[in-house]
Amino acid sequence: MTAADLYRTVALIRGFEQRAVELVRTGVIRGGIHPCTGQEAVAAGTCAALRPDDVITSTHRGHGHVLAKGADPARMMAELAGRTTGLNQGRGGSMHAADFGAGVLGADAIVGAAVPIAAGAAWAMRRKGSDRVALAYFGDGAVSQGVVLETFNLAALWRVPVVLVCENNGFATSMRPADTMAGTVLGRAAAFGIPASTVDGMDPQAVLDATAEATARARSGGGPTLLECVTYRFDAHHTWEHTARPRYRTDDEVAAGRARDPLEIQGARIPAATRAAIDTQTAALLDEAVRFALAGPHPDPAGALDHLYATGLRPRAGAL
Amino acid sequence: MPNLSYLKALNRAIGDEMERDQDVCVLGEDIGVAVTYATAGLLRRFGRDRVLDTPISEQAFTSFATGAAMAGMRPLIEFQIPALLFLVFEQIANQAHKFSLMTGGQTKVPVTYLLPGSGSRDSWAGQHSDHPYSLFAHVGVKTVVPATASDAYGLLVTAIRDDDPVVVFAPSGALASRENVDFDTLAPVPLGSGRVHRSGTDVTVVAVGHLVHDALAVADDLAGTVSVEVFDPRSLYPFDWQGLAASLERTGRLVVVDDSNRSCGIGAEIVATAAEEMRLTAPPRRVTRPDGAVLPFARELDLACQPTRAQVRAAVEKAVGV
Repeated sequence: MTAADLYRTVALIRGFEQRAVELVRTGVIRGGIHPCTGQEAVAAGTCAALRPDDVITSTHRGHGHVLAKGADPARMMAELAGRTTGLNQGRGGSMHAADFGAGVLGADAIVGAAVPIAAGAAWAMRRKGSDRVALAYFGDGAVSQGVVLETFNLAALWRVPVVLVCENNGFATSMRPADTMAGTVLGRAAAFGIPASTVDGMDPQAVLDATAEATARARSGGGPTLLECVTYRFDAHHTWEHTARPRYRTDDEVAAGRARDPLEIQGARIPAATRAAIDTQTAALLDEAVRFALAGPHPDPAGALDHLYATGLRPRAGAL
Repeated sequence: MPNLSYLKALNRAIGDEMERDQDVCVLGEDIGVAVTYATAGLLRRFGRDRVLDTPISEQAFTSFATGAAMAGMRPLIEFQIPALLFLVFEQIANQAHKFSLMTGGQTKVPVTYLLPGSGSRDSWAGQHSDHPYSLFAHVGVKTVVPATASDAYGLLVTAIRDDDPVVVFAPSGALASRENVDFDTLAPVPLGSGRVHRSGTDVTVVAVGHLVHDALAVADDLAGTVSVEVFDPRSLYPFDWQGLAASLERTGRLVVVDDSNRSCGIGAEIVATAAEEMRLTAPPRRVTRPDGAVLPFARELDLACQPTRAQVRAAVEKAVGV
């Protein structure tokens, strides 16, 4: 993974979120999104350390993870727009985007809920004789969820090949860690004997290096590693904030947070001409993704409960 | 002919499926020593790799099984206490159950949740006596409640082989039941197929789980006066509506015996569907737990909250007007 490749992923996520936020504003994307703008280095760096056959579970703020793991941006945008051409055929949307072909077992809308799912997948892959690993993303809010701490225990106890990535963006919706978290993220890992470190989550290369070490440990039977990637959310918790404007941080604070921008940090590491070329290519790719999304058909209401059961069982209708 | 107990049938079903399919594994608390008996001998036969004694972390290991299922395993989880289903309702109803639809059919979650000893165990009090099968039918999780040993075997095998999550309630009131069966005849029982245990012409008694045995006893008592058909749905979701409709074509009268709390219990759904769509010549009747029942400890109080044979008999007599 070259510096230019890392930059390309960061730029892809940044541009994707800009377009997605605009499509929320114009009503094409219903229900809103949780933009990950500012947090791209975590997605780009972690996924750069994974193999195509490794798997991830993601969060409500998951667009970056899904794209960095290799999902098609056009099908991802179509999913957000609720079209049949979307990754999940319009059944999942922003908070549940999944691409099993790319190793994305799904984003999850309940905080922390996918962490045990990743651990279970990791255990199963090892049991089937492979050295594939799973990586679970979760936020600073999730480390106070019981099921996450239970999973730390299980994963450490059974030396499950899972990498635990805490994206500490400073806010559990509106609440700061100082107001919600007794102790620390690393302290929680230490309690279960899980190797852990704090990583500069604005630097894709630093995230990549730390994740490479963690995946190597997992593949070689060393069990889980926790990485606390300290990052900053540039945009709203949810696009709903663009109109509701809850005041939990000042404009000055956001401006200060934006001063360290992963796009600029990684952009400064590659030649200007390379960066410009990537920007041009990325813009074209994403413009095409939007065009593809908008051209996709809306689903037929008659199929609203298609796929409810893997066996094809058809539920009774709600009216006779 | 060998005599098979209900618990041995559950144990045999798990063992047979583990033998047949390397991807079947079992997770749960104290399953190595098999405190419920359902997992007896499995650790010795299949090893720690496939029989995983878990920490007391129900929420984590329930979703752990979901992840393992999405990566190709076919886990069975044993819960020792029915109320643990409240603890893991998120992991089953909101996670495992929703992945197939939310991913647009990209994955499946073949996990079986086994409850050996659901319902009242006779004075185990408020937090060990629940029977929440209606909750799972309500959210659309496949739900079965076998009444007999051969059905326990057949439905558990089917649940393990099913590609969706399935909850298997094995009522404590049925665990002691035994059946003379030729082991060669044990076979999977399809979901959504009811069973007429006794044919009759005057009234259909739909009984769930262990209450099938009570319904049969009442039918015996009333033989000569009232001809009672006993219909055991076996699986509550999916439900054998065609089987019920066929029975009501014969009898035209309906009594439902259901160990759920009255409001929104499966009995309510059975009565509603019959009233909307099927032949009824008399008002249908239900015998259930009371509304909002929390089973009290003292034996008299515990029993006072459960359907009784006297109540079933009275409901049948009202339905047929004798």
